[in-house]
Amino acid sequence: MNTGAPEKSRLLPAYVAFYFLFLYLPILLLPVFSFNNAAATTFPLAGFTTKWYVSLWGNGEMLTAAVNSLIVGVCVSVLSTLLGICAARAITRYRFRGRRAANGLIMAPLFLPEIIVAVSLLMVVLAAGMELSLATIILGQTVFCLPYCMSVLTAGFEGFDRSLEEASLDLGETAFGTFRRVTLPVVAPAILSSLLVSFTISLDEFILAFFLSGTEPTLPVYIWGQLRFAAKLPSVLALGTIMLLISILLLTIAEVVRRRAERRYATGGYAHA
Amino acid sequence: MPDTPMIAIDRVSKFYGIYNALSDVSLNIGAGEFFALLGPSGCGKTTLLRSIAGFDNPSSGDIRIDGHSAIGVPPNLRPTNMVFQSYAIFPHLNVEENVAYGLKRLKLGADEERRRVGAALEQVRLGHLGKRRGHELSGGQRQRVALARALVLRPKVLLLDEPLSALDKKLREEMQVELRSLQRAVGITFVLVTHDQYEALALSDRIAVMFGGRIAQVATPKEIYQHPRTKSVADFLGGMNFLSGRTLGQTASGLTVETEKFGTLTLSLPEERIEVGARATVGIRPERLRLLWDDARAPHELTGKVVNRAYFGETTHLLVGVEGLEKPLSMIETNTHGADDLPIGADIRLAYDPEAFVLLADDPPVERLN
Amino acid sequence: MAITASHASAELAPPEPPRPRWSASEEASGLALISPTLLYAVSLLALPILIVFAYSFWSQDYLAIDRALTLENYRTALFEPMYQDLLGRSLVISLVVSLVTVAISYPIAWFISFHGGRHKNLWLFLITVPCWTSYLLRVMSWKVILGYQGVLNTGLMSAGITDQPIASLLYNSNAVVITLVHSWAAFAILPIFVSLEKIDRSLIEAARDLGDTRLMSFVRVVLPLSLPGIISALLIVMIPTVGDYVTPKLVGGKDGVMIATAIQAQFGKGANWPLGAALSVTTMIVVSAMAGLTVLALKLVVRKIR
Repeated sequence: MNTGAPEKSRLLPAYVAFYFLFLYLPILLLPVFSFNNAAATTFPLAGFTTKWYVSLWGNGEMLTAAVNSLIVGVCVSVLSTLLGICAARAITRYRFRGRRAANGLIMAPLFLPEIIVAVSLLMVVLAAGMELSLATIILGQTVFCLPYCMSVLTAGFEGFDRSLEEASLDLGETAFGTFRRVTLPVVAPAILSSLLVSFTISLDEFILAFFLSGTEPTLPVYIWGQLRFAAKLPSVLALGTIMLLISILLLTIAEVVRRRAERRYATGGYAHA
Repeated sequence: MPDTPMIAIDRVSKFYGIYNALSDVSLNIGAGEFFALLGPSGCGKTTLLRSIAGFDNPSSGDIRIDGHSAIGVPPNLRPTNMVFQSYAIFPHLNVEENVAYGLKRLKLGADEERRRVGAALEQVRLGHLGKRRGHELSGGQRQRVALARALVLRPKVLLLDEPLSALDKKLREEMQVELRSLQRAVGITFVLVTHDQYEALALSDRIAVMFGGRIAQVATPKEIYQHPRTKSVADFLGGMNFLSGRTLGQTASGLTVETEKFGTLTLSLPEERIEVGARATVGIRPERLRLLWDDARAPHELTGKVVNRAYFGETTHLLVGVEGLEKPLSMIETNTHGADDLPIGADIRLAYDPEAFVLLADDPPVERLN
Repeated sequence: MAITASHASAELAPPEPPRPRWSASEEASGLALISPTLLYAVSLLALPILIVFAYSFWSQDYLAIDRALTLENYRTALFEPMYQDLLGRSLVISLVVSLVTVAISYPIAWFISFHGGRHKNLWLFLITVPCWTSYLLRVMSWKVILGYQGVLNTGLMSAGITDQPIASLLYNSNAVVITLVHSWAAFAILPIFVSLEKIDRSLIEAARDLGDTRLMSFVRVVLPLSLPGIISALLIVMIPTVGDYVTPKLVGGKDGVMIATAIQAQFGKGANWPLGAALSVTTMIVVSAMAGLTVLALKLVVRKIR
């Protein structure tokens, strides 16, 4: 469809290509230098090596941080998805006073500087006498992941025909049975997507983890600590590359799942000839 | 009509805040009837249907299904099943699984279940599409899946919420015929909600016409078409020429009304008392006015001029101005004599039958807000 | 048959007053369902922010908190030159970053919406994948790129384009702006894209039909109608950017320090929570005001387009 702005026939695609380059180049540099046989990140490249990756394997501190990240990631994704399901279903299916305000509150972290969220949580946690630990990171990151889960889940709940649940009730099923046999299967892709997205966000999240971790760092916090040492940069890049690949893989799976579901379920009820 | 109606709706009202969706609606539907709820959008017909199904609960009044009060009974426990406007085919199940959905709870055993599902699909002629999924079916096929799924549970009442509105004209007409024969074959009560007057006229045994949350008239299609009670009912089903007149008096044979141009007419007595001298509205269907060609004569005639003409293939609709009448008359003529060739401004003569007029009551005031 | 029909209603019992029926109130169910999440958000988001607000009016004496109400913290935050400087620079950086990001992202969003065809989702996915990766890692790679001995410099030198490394790329506000624009670029595309998708294409066709050129129809129809998306994008970028911590710390050097560094210092060794709180509140209010003004200015400009 070619209606719209001026015919930037060759200009626009060139711009798009340049934009993509701008977006991807910095990320692509990580793997490039992680295989580079030099401690400094300069051109020209000094030969191929995997020694930086190998060195990661024996790095106890890093492995502990990785395990921490895993624990935190799983907990955050499960917690924020569960809370997100309740809220998304309430907002899309029921009308009640304060619906918009509630939605606004839950989505607020998207519009706030992260440091303010981190600082305020820190104050509350310490004032409540809690010790900083993985648990505090989990609590904090859930607040931050909720808006992302909410948007995936509300899209999932809104995208399906309300009369599917009524039909199930009409055909004799109980309310719980309807939830189990109709709602859940149809919303399952959105739930999976939400789990994957929130896990990825948690894995990569730095500021909240930085403020709210005690003696047990997550991977990003560990990396931050390593940045002081210039010699350690390549191994940090190696770690970064691995994290990058994991994130991209998880997100791709989430997207594929979402698309497949959309194709099958979005056309649920309505007739097209 | 049998003694106990299959569905008895007793003075049901439904409020949403200050908005009246239904006001004091009472209705009886008999077992085995094909009953239509007809009216424009917003008249409350879908709310009433959903109240019978159990998705909307009346604010006041009673609904009895097969003799038992259904108030407070959730939809899954009622002996009714519904075909939804969007068909609501479960996208994650194929056709057979959809139809078997309600049977699962009955725990019939795999063989019996398969038998019943097969029979239901045969009945709607979808036997060969059992393994397909919703997005692989056409609109008409999806509708039949919804029907099979509801009927396999052998409900006492089948409720249909505008089931044909999403289909194109040809398909709609085919499905109308199928629905009617299906109902006859199965023999249960069907309650159909529609805004399409022709659908209601063609399919149902009786029709309830609704406006503004109230029932305007309940009668057989023929009765509703030929003897509409109010102006809105008359206007909603087919065209109608409205004429004003004055009540002269009542005799044993009926009410005498004097009209302009059409003389004194005798109409059947209405339910309400009419005062002598009061204003009355009288109506006659466009197809009951006949063009007189050449030297043909009739006992009751009028002259007029063609004001406008619209060609509809089989028929031509004419607007005829008659001196002394405020509005032109609407006429429908088949094109066998050349009505389609009448020039605008032509002088014509028309004949009418005094027996063909109906007395139309004013519409009751519509209050939607409390 | 009776000549005068008797009023049938006289024979019926007087009508019952309508009894309101209690059924599972939709409102109650909705509130019950959302309550766990709401409780969580209130206790871990709304409440903490209120506490921050409260702290900003108290003062800290080494480790003890003096709860006497005072405006001293705000006086420091607003009038101390160091903080004024920091806040000012943070505001300027966030304004520049948001305007630049929206400006460079708009054409991409437009391209995907109008020329994306069947693969729109794929395009969007490819564009947003970079931003779902670790922010920290991305800033790190910019440090690698912009450094004195970094990729850009050594690359340009070994390609022969320059023979001296460009020193002014790293450890200043330019580096901060470039890095932040890169971070937010993909995020800004999404709300603009959503807004553009909602535009009924036949409106554009109508404008062409009534005489507009392609450019005019874009300026007069598409641009004003995509305004909500533009505003959303501006807000999503502007407000979080002002409080960014990682970027100025890694690539800002002395010239590109932002207010987040000062805030963090109050919770670390500086240990002056009330001041930190006051700085946070001040930052939020000022950036919201700036955002509000920017949006207003934008709306006024667009309204002039007729």
